[in-house]
Amino acid sequence: MKSLAAALLVLMAVTAAAVDTEAPLETAEQQSLYRKLLEEVRCMVCQNQNLADSDAPLARDMRRELRRMVEDGASEDDVKQFLLDRYGDFALYRPRLAPNTLLLWAGPGVILVIALGAIALVIRRRMQMPIPEED
Amino acid sequence: MSGGRRRIRWVLLLPCAVLLVMVYFFGVSLGRDPSLVPSPLVGRPAPEISLPELLDPDKTFSRQDVEEGPWMLNVWASWCSGCIVEHEFLMALGRAGAPIYGLNWKDGHTDAMEWLQLRGNPYRAIAVDADGRASIDWGVYGAPETFLIDADGIVRYRHVGPLNGAIFADVFLPVLEGRSQ
Repeated sequence: MKSLAAALLVLMAVTAAAVDTEAPLETAEQQSLYRKLLEEVRCMVCQNQNLADSDAPLARDMRRELRRMVEDGASEDDVKQFLLDRYGDFALYRPRLAPNTLLLWAGPGVILVIALGAIALVIRRRMQMPIPEED
Repeated sequence: MSGGRRRIRWVLLLPCAVLLVMVYFFGVSLGRDPSLVPSPLVGRPAPEISLPELLDPDKTFSRQDVEEGPWMLNVWASWCSGCIVEHEFLMALGRAGAPIYGLNWKDGHTDAMEWLQLRGNPYRAIAVDADGRASIDWGVYGAPETFLIDADGIVRYRHVGPLNGAIFADVFLPVLEGRSQ
């Protein structure tokens, strides 16, 4: 069991290293922006990985493109707009708030309100019930 | 007391309503392939192209080289298995005079040339995107992909995966023949 856990850890370390072989960017701000973007941008080929974790050829191309943009002084919004214009909301793991993503953002809140309302109703009803007398 | 009973029944209906909503959304999702991503390019002007031409690398291929009228841009590569599937169909379209242009995506020059010699060339011209940068501008994420651009230069459709007769007749043909609005 312990050796299995160790093997798993080694595997995880391998998958996390896809991006770590790259040279760091010039300034610390650029480097942290670049890393932040890689975490938040989806690899469009292997759709459940972000750019930082993926070693697909397209992910490598997109990393190179993002890197160039950050080096040229692009802001986080610039890069995100660049991706939205080409790949749509799906490219971002945290989609922006827009009419077509409203359900995505508001859905959980709406469900929570409905659930809490239902619980409150049930509790109120039970509290109004007469307490059965014990013999 | 009867009013209270009615309210209890209403609360009991709530889970059923939630279930119906969920069934609706799951039902919609069942019929949809989650790996197909809609292109935000649809309805917008096609991106510029400025790339070397495969058959004549000294020449630069750009939008000006596309003949007047609607056209198709097919993203392909010799390493792409789906491209083999659709190739016969593209050849037939090419023979029938369809304005198909190629975008050779991250391919080797020799590999691409050998592929064309082996299987035939359905394209009027082929742009070479060796490093994959231009394809990012088109939002390409997997070959084959086929874009449909109308006579005004607006992207009308993007098909992911091998092109087939059904989708061609439904979507591509009306625009290519100028029959749609």
